[in-house]
Amino acid sequence: MKRVIFAITGTVVGLVGLLSFKSHGVSLAPVANAPVPTGPVPSTPVPRTPAPRSVAPAANGTHAAPKRYAGPAVQTPYGVVQVAVVVSGGHIRAVRLPRLTAFDSTSQMINSQAAPILVRETMSAQSARIHAVSGATYTSEGYLQSLQAALDKAGR
Amino acid sequence: MGTVFTIDVRAPVAAASAAASVVDEVAAWLHHVDATFSTYRPDSVVSELAAGRVKPADCPAEVTDVLAACERYRATTDGYFDCRYAGRFDPSGYVKGWAIEQASKLLEQRGAVNHCVNGGGDVQCAGNPEPGQQWTVGIVDPHDRSRVLATVSGERLAVATSGPAERGGHIVDPHSGDRPTAWSSITVVGTRLAEVDVFATAAVAMGPLAAGWLRKHGLRALLVRPDGSVIITP
Repeated sequence: MKRVIFAITGTVVGLVGLLSFKSHGVSLAPVANAPVPTGPVPSTPVPRTPAPRSVAPAANGTHAAPKRYAGPAVQTPYGVVQVAVVVSGGHIRAVRLPRLTAFDSTSQMINSQAAPILVRETMSAQSARIHAVSGATYTSEGYLQSLQAALDKAGR
Repeated sequence: MGTVFTIDVRAPVAAASAAASVVDEVAAWLHHVDATFSTYRPDSVVSELAAGRVKPADCPAEVTDVLAACERYRATTDGYFDCRYAGRFDPSGYVKGWAIEQASKLLEQRGAVNHCVNGGGDVQCAGNPEPGQQWTVGIVDPHDRSRVLATVSGERLAVATSGPAERGGHIVDPHSGDRPTAWSSITVVGTRLAEVDVFATAAVAMGPLAAGWLRKHGLRALLVRPDGSVIITP
């Protein structure tokens, strides 16, 4: 399995493809008061993600340490874009496109009222096989403390 | 400030080089959306439109498409979704879900048929994370963001959550001008993110009318009250 994490700064102009698609059924399973266990870490090690560095990608490795390589810094009309790629496990993640304000309302920014969020939820999310989380919008600051960040780190 | 995106791409596009290329395109698309629609950027098309420096007829097709969609949804939601509230033109409530849904279509077009894109808690999935497996999205407890209240699963799956405080501002009931207090969060589930995003936002603005409206439209949703109690529709 592969996991790839990108850190992208700056902006580029891109293309859009439009397709039609079919719909599928959706099921909803309530989890009544799913408490967050504070027990031990599960058997699958959660690799930490230090700063990107250049490493050759592994041929395989179910639980191999993350492999990282940095793409070139590309000058675009809209700024410098550099992609850092982390490969570990069977899927790919791209994270953190900062300073995208199109999705913010014009209302005045207020500080988040949420209390600091513990990252231990990673474990319950992993055991519940959750691939993503939906909740109140995460700003860049809130992201670091969010469940989604925990999932990304764990490579779900 | 700024929304964080996570793009999770599974096999068959799992080779790093192919993935880098397709994720690059998604990043480029999102930046393009930002440049076009951001109300914080005075040079964006939307800002120019809002200031009257350009007419809708002179805008790119994607802008007029967004405007048309906002107008349709204003009607569908009985005016509770309104991008022109209080004389300000702000389609960002539609743009975010739409941009992510378009990103999903772009990924499919590039062969990345199995993926999950999460932009600040609005999620669009397609295909399967693993063969025979469905995507599973956790819905966060608005009163304790370290907890998951429920999960929802599907293949082409769209999940959007709105709350009274959103994107640093507040949702307002366009009819009364008041801030709705009936719900701590509303999550709407479907297959197309642009639409469920609009419906989640509108539902919060509707206050006590939300559950009835969601049921009337046959929408799957999870509504959380300030006391922690939950309603599931339809």
